[in-house]
Amino acid sequence: MATAEASPKMKKVQVRRYKPDENAETNYLNVESGIWSWLSTKDHKRIGIMYLISLAIFFMAGGILALGIRIELWTPAATFIEADTYNQLFTLHGAIMIFLFLVPSVPTVLGNFFLPMQIGAKDVAFPRLNLASYYLYAAGATLMLWAIISGGVDTGWTFYTPYSTSTGGAVTWMVMGIFVIGFSSILTGLNFIVTIHKMRAPGITWSKLSLFCWSLYATSIIQILATPVLAITLALVAMERILGIGIFDPALGGDPVLFQHFFWFYSHPAVYIMIVPGFGIVSEIVTTFSKKTIFGYWAIAMSSLAIAFIGFLVWGHHMFVSGQASLASMVFSFLSFMVGIPTGIKMFNWLATMYKGSISLKTPMLYILSFFFLFTVGGLTGIALATIAIDVHLHDTYYVVAHFHFVMVGGMVTAFLAGMHYWWPKMSGKMYNEMLGKISCLFVFVGFNVTFLPQFVMGAQGMPRRYFNYIDQFQSFHQVSTIGAMILGVGFLMVFYNLIHSIYKGKKAPPNPWGSRGLEWQVASPAPPHNFEHTPVIVHGPYDYHKPMADFQLGLAETNGHDPAYGAEIEADKKLKIEDQ
Amino acid sequence: MEALRNYFLPPAKTAIAEQYDALFWFVHISSLVLTIAIVIAIIYFIIKYRRKSENDVTPVITHNNKLEVTWSVIPLILCLVLFGWGFQTYVDMSTAPDDAYEVNVTAQKWLWRFQYKSGASTTGELHVPAGRPVKLIMSSQDVIHSFFVPDFRIKQDVVPGRYTQVWFNAREPGESIVFCTEYCGTDHSNMMAKVIVHEPEEFAKWIEENSGSATKPTDLAPAEWGEQLVQQNACDTCHSVDGSQLTGPTWQGKFGSQEQLTDGSSVTVDENYIRESILEPGANIVQGYQNVMPSYQGQLNDEQISAIVEYIKTLK
Repeated sequence: MATAEASPKMKKVQVRRYKPDENAETNYLNVESGIWSWLSTKDHKRIGIMYLISLAIFFMAGGILALGIRIELWTPAATFIEADTYNQLFTLHGAIMIFLFLVPSVPTVLGNFFLPMQIGAKDVAFPRLNLASYYLYAAGATLMLWAIISGGVDTGWTFYTPYSTSTGGAVTWMVMGIFVIGFSSILTGLNFIVTIHKMRAPGITWSKLSLFCWSLYATSIIQILATPVLAITLALVAMERILGIGIFDPALGGDPVLFQHFFWFYSHPAVYIMIVPGFGIVSEIVTTFSKKTIFGYWAIAMSSLAIAFIGFLVWGHHMFVSGQASLASMVFSFLSFMVGIPTGIKMFNWLATMYKGSISLKTPMLYILSFFFLFTVGGLTGIALATIAIDVHLHDTYYVVAHFHFVMVGGMVTAFLAGMHYWWPKMSGKMYNEMLGKISCLFVFVGFNVTFLPQFVMGAQGMPRRYFNYIDQFQSFHQVSTIGAMILGVGFLMVFYNLIHSIYKGKKAPPNPWGSRGLEWQVASPAPPHNFEHTPVIVHGPYDYHKPMADFQLGLAETNGHDPAYGAEIEADKKLKIEDQ
Repeated sequence: MEALRNYFLPPAKTAIAEQYDALFWFVHISSLVLTIAIVIAIIYFIIKYRRKSENDVTPVITHNNKLEVTWSVIPLILCLVLFGWGFQTYVDMSTAPDDAYEVNVTAQKWLWRFQYKSGASTTGELHVPAGRPVKLIMSSQDVIHSFFVPDFRIKQDVVPGRYTQVWFNAREPGESIVFCTEYCGTDHSNMMAKVIVHEPEEFAKWIEENSGSATKPTDLAPAEWGEQLVQQNACDTCHSVDGSQLTGPTWQGKFGSQEQLTDGSSVTVDENYIRESILEPGANIVQGYQNVMPSYQGQLNDEQISAIVEYIKTLK
């Protein structure tokens, strides 16, 4: 029995050490069985897995569309499809990847699974709402699929008016699908904010909250505030198509550029919805595999919030050549640079965390290193694009395509894959094959660079995006890019194979294979049905690698269930004494 | 060095383009230096601090104010420099000199039409004098398009229901390509044009010759003039003359043929049907095609239409 000695004014709290069970028999996967037990589950972990399966399917669909695009671009004229089919391909690739994969990815899969565990809770604040979010996502996805089947969409994922209000196809169904998915996103954000505020275990003060949770907190704020604007905008597009209300149609006195303002007011912050949770994953992994306390905890936590806040004020940098006022462009350019600063601060903090660490190059860490490079390139080309004059020439060329793929795939997807490998043992209870993991990481890294580095060059040379035909001088760049896309595709398939294979053939995962101090690692693998059988008590920060592991395995000795009254006492107690008996 | 420069950017054919390139290289070279520094730091750290044993003890370094201020303030200063420089260049790019030669530009799916002061008008080719600022006053007939000339480093969206402007001053005679860079549907990627820069005297001559293009040049047969008009008006963007399938029906073997219309009736392609299709394209659409062609009412006179009909007759 260990005792935490509180300062004289405080009540003493009895804690004891709960070592994770190496051979737990029940876990969240086998506690119930049958399809219905999944479809009706309110367990945040199972909901996370349902999201994971859905997202994996859509990621694969979006990836196949991307390969279709790249193969078509092998020759300057038609290669195997017509222009109209090509236009649908890139529209669907964008819409599926953004709305069905990137926006939900980290929050709904890894966030759902690990946010409650990292704060020592048994579930999110509103488990039923969480399940409802999943079904809204599924309903929205179904509407989008219906749009694809019933006529297709050729507007580009940006739905610019008046093209989107005048073209044929099933644009109305598509925007309705996205409208519904938006609510899923809003409700997830709401759930996370309440969970972080109200469900933290005793001792988890704001300064001991994991940086992954901080990043999800910042993301949730954006989801709640920005997504409604997208919903309204898309509803207006639908009304314009059905009723001809004339908000955006110049023939009826509307303004097509207004749509762009509305759209980017959501879609720029949405970029941060996608990338900020990735930052959270990086912070978790870089500390674990450097075995070192995070450098600049507050700088990283607050920079997430700063990015979330300033991110709302930069939408106009998508519109430097749209005809908006020069003064507006100037302000948007300035604020865009200001987003770059907190992002840069994060990079330097992560590097400083590695300094004098004990760095282990396991697969998750390899992905993080590749994230560092790719995200640096993506971020710095973003700085170039924030410079108004430079953007004029590069706007809507392949340079922009390469830039956002570096941020979204090189940054976000790489971080997601890092997180998937890192947390896989806790999710599946199995270890993936380390060697294959490293090889697939290499394929993804090489394939990605071969695909997108040439696109910077051809963009700067003037190759516009969304082009079915192109002039001959760009062919060699396009061909290299297509080869790269194939390598990248092989890399993703290897990742997929490795993870699936491990479920059947992988070694059993120990509770804490990486020696992490994170709370989610202090329970059995796969996670127990209710995460913690005890109420965890936290006395150190989540990255205090200089403190013994035993200190991170404490729980209330007597009471069960959460009683916030204890939180304050443990928090004030700086002199924890562990007396193992 | 020159080769490297040409590898990354198209030739700079205006003074603004050179100003642009200086800024472009400043941003990219400083970014490259920073990227290399980060990569070196990463490689150094993973070699120097690789895990030697599972019991490695790491120092507790939670923060360092001096260091953090440094790596916040230096990028901030760099960003402010870039912001100022970028905005200054942008102001130069978007402020046309008062004496600029004005050309009206109309964009529509999927062609560019240019109207000159003298009354001349061209499609798919913008003729301008060298060494004189040219200002384009642009608007769109349908959806948003964007006027992009890589050689001049200029780009401006062309929006329905309002005018937007862009200007340039090409130094040397020559040709530069124009792309549409705002996605506008099926033939978006074919919506190209050329800027043809003439010596000033040559340009004056060109204007003089083309202002009267409403009447047939004496040295051409009607069908030959028709062929010229077809190219000038970019009809061949959508209508092939060799039987290949584009957005609109091919013209090969079309004259005199029977065509099925979308309303179920059929029509013989004669002079009257072709004339109607040019002036009121939406009136009778051939089955299997979309109603996407703009009207040429007011842009082609009767004599010109007759010449085009004569040309189509030759396409057996």
